[in-house]
Amino acid sequence: MREREDEWTGLMRSAISGDDAAYHRLLRAVTPVLRAAARRGLTRAGQPADQSEDIVQDILLAVHLKRHTWDASAPFAPWLFAIARNKLIDALRRRGRRVFVNIDDFAETLPGEPAAETVPAGEVEAQLKSLPARQRDVLQSIAVDSASIQDTAKKFAMSEGAVRVALHRGLANLTARLRGQ
Amino acid sequence: METDQLISTLAADNAHRARPVGSVLTLSLLLAAPVSIVIFLTELGVRPDVMTAMRNPFFDLKFAVTLALAIPAIAISLHLSRPEASLRGWAWLLLIPVGLLVAGIGGEMMMPQRPPMMTRLVGRNAWNCLTSIPLMALPLLVAALLGLRHGAPTRPAVAGAIAGLLSAGLAATLYASHCTDDSPLFVATWYTIAAALVAAIGALAGPRVLRF
Repeated sequence: MREREDEWTGLMRSAISGDDAAYHRLLRAVTPVLRAAARRGLTRAGQPADQSEDIVQDILLAVHLKRHTWDASAPFAPWLFAIARNKLIDALRRRGRRVFVNIDDFAETLPGEPAAETVPAGEVEAQLKSLPARQRDVLQSIAVDSASIQDTAKKFAMSEGAVRVALHRGLANLTARLRGQ
Repeated sequence: METDQLISTLAADNAHRARPVGSVLTLSLLLAAPVSIVIFLTELGVRPDVMTAMRNPFFDLKFAVTLALAIPAIAISLHLSRPEASLRGWAWLLLIPVGLLVAGIGGEMMMPQRPPMMTRLVGRNAWNCLTSIPLMALPLLVAALLGLRHGAPTRPAVAGAIAGLLSAGLAATLYASHCTDDSPLFVATWYTIAAALVAAIGALAGPRVLRF
């Protein structure tokens, strides 16, 4: 577990210095851990565990938009689990339960835990439709059609810079809408 | 959207760099400061005898106390804007202004010719102090909370209260140059109540404003 967390810290440092592939690997690596913790939190709150995917996506968005608050000289896992715990409590509260989330929910997860059945997430998808047209188009193109920033720029006759701005604003707006729902 | 798709999208946005919370907080405080200064200049103003007052160590002590509240509170707010942070190891910084006040009160006790204790404590500006400090602190509190929104505080009520102390400390620094009550007893009583009031407003606003 210690090794795993050191690896995360290394990946996040590379990500911040501009390595997109390292960032992608990091997000993929932490997702199963976040999913397992979300499932445990839901179960403990008496909710169906297969609703975890919306929470996972919510946490990933927060990790992305708040990553500038991570101190690169500190280990990454405590920062990640603090964000995740906060989002999980929030999500469970929105579902109408008073809950206590144990920080160990995150740390305990074994890397080899089998993938469990989950209901596909719906909240991000639903909020995507309410975004301003340009942000929605850019997000759709990159997320759903897996187009690159360059291809998206060509498709909509935009500059790459404008695509990047729309992408970031779209993600920030999505998060704000999820919070306000 | 599937989680794998979301992850690829986030990775595509990796090049975006957000400003550090410290610079956003500084900027928003600098934008709000003129509002508080205008309130100060139109409603209060510097006391007329300021040149003589500056030779009184108890006048100077007021600024030491208010700045010893504001500056550590800024540092603590920035610390709390990180999600994994807690007050542990930082709360003692808030004892610095308390220590200064205790030393000041002790020092005043040693003075051979001092007015009666109740006169020093009640002063002439108690009500003015209780209203002016929160009034000038309010624009700064709004700015501080908006600046801290850029962070990720997971203890939003505590972070809001500290933002309240920060803005009260800055507002009290302005107020101190107006007020003719220099006794540390007066400061310890009325400035403290005013700061606690602003901290309470911050603590109430924090969970609403600072959620992320």
